[in-house]
Amino acid sequence: MINEKELFEPVKTEEIEAKEYIRPSIGYWADAWRRLKKNKLALIGLYIIIVLIALAIFGPMVSVYEYDATNLNNVYAPISGSHWFGTDELGRDVFTRVLYGARISLAVGFVASFINLIIGVLYGGISGFMGGKVDNVMMRFVDILYGVPILLIVILLMVVLGPGLTNIFIALGIGYWVGMARIVRGQTLSLKEQEFTLAAKTLGASRTRILVRHIIPNAIGPIIVTATLLIPNAIFFEAFLSFIGLGVSAPVASWGVLASDGVRSFQSHPNLLFFPALFISITMLSFNFLGDGLRDALDPRQRK
Amino acid sequence: MRKFVIQRVIAMLITLFIIATITFFLAKAIPGGPFTKEKAVPDAVLKNLERKYHFDDPLWKQYADYIISLAKGDLGPSFRYDALTVNDIVRKGFPVSALLGFVAILISLGLGLPAGIISAYKQNFWQDNFVMFFSILGISIPNFILATLFMYIFGLKLHIFNIAGWGRWQDVILPAVTLAAYPTAYIARLMRSSMLDVLSQDYIKTARSKGLSEYRVMIIHALKNALIPVVTYLGPLIAAIFTGSFIVERLFFIPGLGRYYVTSIYDRDYTVILGTTVFYAAFLIIANFVVDIIYAFLDPRITYSTEKIK
Repeated sequence: MINEKELFEPVKTEEIEAKEYIRPSIGYWADAWRRLKKNKLALIGLYIIIVLIALAIFGPMVSVYEYDATNLNNVYAPISGSHWFGTDELGRDVFTRVLYGARISLAVGFVASFINLIIGVLYGGISGFMGGKVDNVMMRFVDILYGVPILLIVILLMVVLGPGLTNIFIALGIGYWVGMARIVRGQTLSLKEQEFTLAAKTLGASRTRILVRHIIPNAIGPIIVTATLLIPNAIFFEAFLSFIGLGVSAPVASWGVLASDGVRSFQSHPNLLFFPALFISITMLSFNFLGDGLRDALDPRQRK
Repeated sequence: MRKFVIQRVIAMLITLFIIATITFFLAKAIPGGPFTKEKAVPDAVLKNLERKYHFDDPLWKQYADYIISLAKGDLGPSFRYDALTVNDIVRKGFPVSALLGFVAILISLGLGLPAGIISAYKQNFWQDNFVMFFSILGISIPNFILATLFMYIFGLKLHIFNIAGWGRWQDVILPAVTLAAYPTAYIARLMRSSMLDVLSQDYIKTARSKGLSEYRVMIIHALKNALIPVVTYLGPLIAAIFTGSFIVERLFFIPGLGRYYVTSIYDRDYTVILGTTVFYAAFLIIANFVVDIIYAFLDPRITYSTEKIK
């Protein structure tokens, strides 16, 4: 007969600790950052953007050339130690002009995206929050705008307003908030039915307070993602406007102006087109990578 | 369905009317006129020209006249090209742009759809990363840069294609590929995400557990539903691409409709500005409408009853 006591061994209960299932709670932003860090392409995009911004701010300060200093004895200089990207048809240093152009192009990207963010968030937020007739009318208007060829309207607006940086901001601001408004409205519609909104209401919070303090912060993920992805759009659009001659005027140059000037002589001096084109593409690439990464990080429900 | 169609047609006409109105007054707000050129025209000639084209009428009458003739389908005469009416310009330019657009859309669907499907099927494998990397690249490179790059490589260095021109069938390829780059990339991304969405649903699990082949599950069961977002995107895409791209047509010297959008604004050629804009808008609105109809066939859950389901 087998002695059961030999088969079984008593467990020393005090030695085994329950597994730690509780992890320290992390906030929304820390969580998002943790997820973003895992996305290498997004991080690379972020770093490139930081470098580009630094170059745009400090580059023209430390460059030995002025962006508009012509030197007719040294036109179309090849790429060399003294002119990293060569010189253009007026002997201006292309490297300095590209760095200076970064200021204009990045400014257009950020400001236009910011204007769209403000208009879109307010419009979409109010429309979704008010609901009913107000929402109906406001969204009908958006539907009509959606059917309008925005590009043509913006071109017309630019001609009416005249070229210049401020007018680019205005035209892009008027043109591109529709997408943002739709996204924010959709978010607001679902958020306003949730318990925390009810709680705020019960506590006597005003409608403005509920919208600004409770609903919009909860929709911040999609808003940031949309705004980030708007930046490369705006940069591209500015390049497009400059390309057809409606951008900033000489001697100030954005990347779009530089590229459009470069196209004219690209058969003989491809470097004049290559460098601005490279910078436009890298910038748009970085913002798109970052925007994609942010979407995964900030808006996990949309994660694909 | 019939009520829906009627409602939509009315909404379309209203939208078109608003667009024509906005464009009319914006065009009139541009400083200068079609006859203010470098070479000054004598005052008497200018007066006559203005009388001939009714520029001396009050603005509201010009507007009313324009809307009336627009309703009849008459887009008016061009001020810049004496012998041509705007209808002529559209009739001549549109087929060229449409052909180019058609090829471009074939390319973008032919590449974008399979790329998106493969990417979703092999999610997070190298195939997926490969497709996603190139799709972001495709979205990020502006078309004028791509166009000049192609001209440089294939025209100047390799001598495979003419740098610019129109007339031989080979001339379609470079501009069509340029036009297709963005939509291809976009469709691939769209297709991937909607395919992933569909593949996570229960009926796909059911299909798989029935022992259907992967091919059947992917192509017969998943693809049809996953196509809906792509169809949505096709509406505006077809409208934008068929009516011509200014940049691509200018760079490749293609006699399409695209170049008129911008040149007409410079020429203050009011009727051409209006005509091309209204044509484009009409095309866009109709394309969106057709897309909504196609939905109903793709997805039986979508019905266009006017009563809201509570």
